[in-house]
Amino acid sequence: MKKGYFGTFGGAFIPEILHETFRRLTEAYESARKDPDFWREYLDVMENYSGRPTPLTHAENLSAHFGRKIYIKREDLNQTGAHKANNVMGQGLLVRRMGKKRVIAETGAGQHGVATATMAARMGFECVIYMGAKDVERQRPNVFWMQQLGATVVAVTSGSCTLKDAINEAMRDWVGSMDDTHYVLGTACGAHPFPEMVSWFQSIIGMEARQQILKQAGCLPNRVYACVGGGSNAMGIFQGFMDDPQVELVGVEAGGEGIATGRHASRLASEDGRVGVAHGYRTLFLQDDDGQMRETHSVAAGLDYVGVSPILAHLHTTGRVRFAAADNREVVAALKTLMRHEGLIGALESTHAVARAFAEMPHMQEGSVVIINLSGRGDKDIFTIADALDDPGWREFILEKARQYQNR
Amino acid sequence: MMNATSKSLLQDRVRACPDPIQVMSHLVLGYPSLEENRLVMDHMVAAGVHIIELQIPFSEPIADGPIIARANQESLRQGFRVEDGLNFIAESCRRYPIPILIMTYANILMARGTEAFIQRAAGMGVRGLIVPDLPLEEAGGAMEWCQSYGRGGLDWIRLFTPTSPDSRLQTLGREACGLVYCVARRGVTGQRTEFDPTLMEFLNRCRAATHAPLALGFGVRSRADVQSLAGKVEIAVVGTAAIEIHLTQGAEAVGRFFAGLK
Ligand SMILES: Cc1ncc(COP(=O)(O)O)c(C=O)c1O
Repeated sequence: MKKGYFGTFGGAFIPEILHETFRRLTEAYESARKDPDFWREYLDVMENYSGRPTPLTHAENLSAHFGRKIYIKREDLNQTGAHKANNVMGQGLLVRRMGKKRVIAETGAGQHGVATATMAARMGFECVIYMGAKDVERQRPNVFWMQQLGATVVAVTSGSCTLKDAINEAMRDWVGSMDDTHYVLGTACGAHPFPEMVSWFQSIIGMEARQQILKQAGCLPNRVYACVGGGSNAMGIFQGFMDDPQVELVGVEAGGEGIATGRHASRLASEDGRVGVAHGYRTLFLQDDDGQMRETHSVAAGLDYVGVSPILAHLHTTGRVRFAAADNREVVAALKTLMRHEGLIGALESTHAVARAFAEMPHMQEGSVVIINLSGRGDKDIFTIADALDDPGWREFILEKARQYQNR
Repeated sequence: MMNATSKSLLQDRVRACPDPIQVMSHLVLGYPSLEENRLVMDHMVAAGVHIIELQIPFSEPIADGPIIARANQESLRQGFRVEDGLNFIAESCRRYPIPILIMTYANILMARGTEAFIQRAAGMGVRGLIVPDLPLEEAGGAMEWCQSYGRGGLDWIRLFTPTSPDSRLQTLGREACGLVYCVARRGVTGQRTEFDPTLMEFLNRCRAATHAPLALGFGVRSRADVQSLAGKVEIAVVGTAAIEIHLTQGAEAVGRFFAGLK
């Protein structure tokens, strides 16, 4: 198989001007991967800066409620509150090795942007984050934190003003700045070596989870659930169980307003995904007959994306991973249940995995063991969730706050 | 695979032209409209433009700067369909006595089937295809189809860039046909380019790497820019500057602008 390909997916569809940059990046990545010191340094940073290993929590109340043993992998407890830290710290170490001084990144929910900004602050890099104007609006708290961390946030007003357009804008920066700049791609997508490299850094989730479940439950899980935006947290936890065929792996995409409405972001779980090339790689995209990318929809900005990891597209084809969707309503309902039963505030992205797991629990054999990857925490979603729950107290607070600002 | 001595209608045409420097212009189809595109092309051809590059809009134009990217987006927002674009291109090939090239992104070809797209382009008389996100490593099939359906009429256009080491330029240049598109600098279309010794040195590296004619694009905006390229490359490519003039001063001004470049 051609390098960088997973079945027929993947590749490196990059402008010629970046050919040399990708050659060097691939070289740096491959040499890091062969070097045990690199991974040791990575583990050290993750332990002492990001708080790893993250716990695997036995969700006792939910387990009692559903009659199945539910475990939750706590990626929400990472530095900056999501699995994104695993990827950015790894790439940061690589940037150091390559001797570059500036990092750029795209961000949807803002989680990857915040994670990149913390990494840049810690490692001493200049940092620019590209974010769709629509996402800047719905994820304002993260914009605030990125700026406080010293990053420049550029609101992208082209295209649909969401994640895909932020990727395009970051690429436009990179084709001019590659000499001193690394593009810290936030998920397991894009041109080779990104899908493979990001999955490698995220594999730390699965390595830990496998050991933890064996220790706590005394057996492998029957199923593992993870939400799928670009696919990095899913790839991360799935890799821990890839070679255990008895473990069913379930990727949960954004059902948005419902698959039937066409307003969703389910590239694999719906029939709407078609093979194409964009953003540097070949995968299933939500696109029209002309090959133009469609608008996607989800209550979770981090899942609101037209493409999906070429590795997951391949695992979909081979049947190793099953894909399903959870829609906006199911997600908000599941979040309430998760908060009330376990005291966990999941990110809206992560709660897609929770929602789908809840929906499937009644159909599983009693006593089955399940892991749900809680990829991030929901603090950033406070405005969106308060709206979805139509919380009167919150509304009053915002109105009062606005009055105060106006009177200044 | 075609080499420098085998036939290419585009290459023959460029070689046969006595002008010290030739000009290639660029348009985004459907922006502001296909009717306006037609009008501008009439003026361009009357002003003596040698080659026209027609861009089929794509929703993710990563290699394009803000002006051309916005033109892509605006054309799509107004409902541009690829079928209408292809019909327009076919008509252009019949209407104008100069070579017409297509520039677009890989997914536009893939959506119709890359082979079917190339077969159709060859049949229409399109002389070259420029697809910036289909690098050599991924373009094997496309290059063969250009050869088999075009038989020298349709060339797969390769790109040279300043970040390519000599070895890469050699690899790209060895079997280049039609012309080689040299990207003047890092960055996207529409930004300033310095026509300085560094650029001239890059062009010397390009010349040494291929027998095919050279076209230089990205940031060529004025008569002085174009004239400074005479003797260095066969073709100067003018894109963003013409779009700006069209937007602010109209189609006729585009004609005057191109007439003034010579
Ligand atoms: C908390 C959280 N989970 C999941 C995702 C989706 O990304 P991926 O599929 O790469 O894990 C995001 C993206 O922003 C996120 O913030």
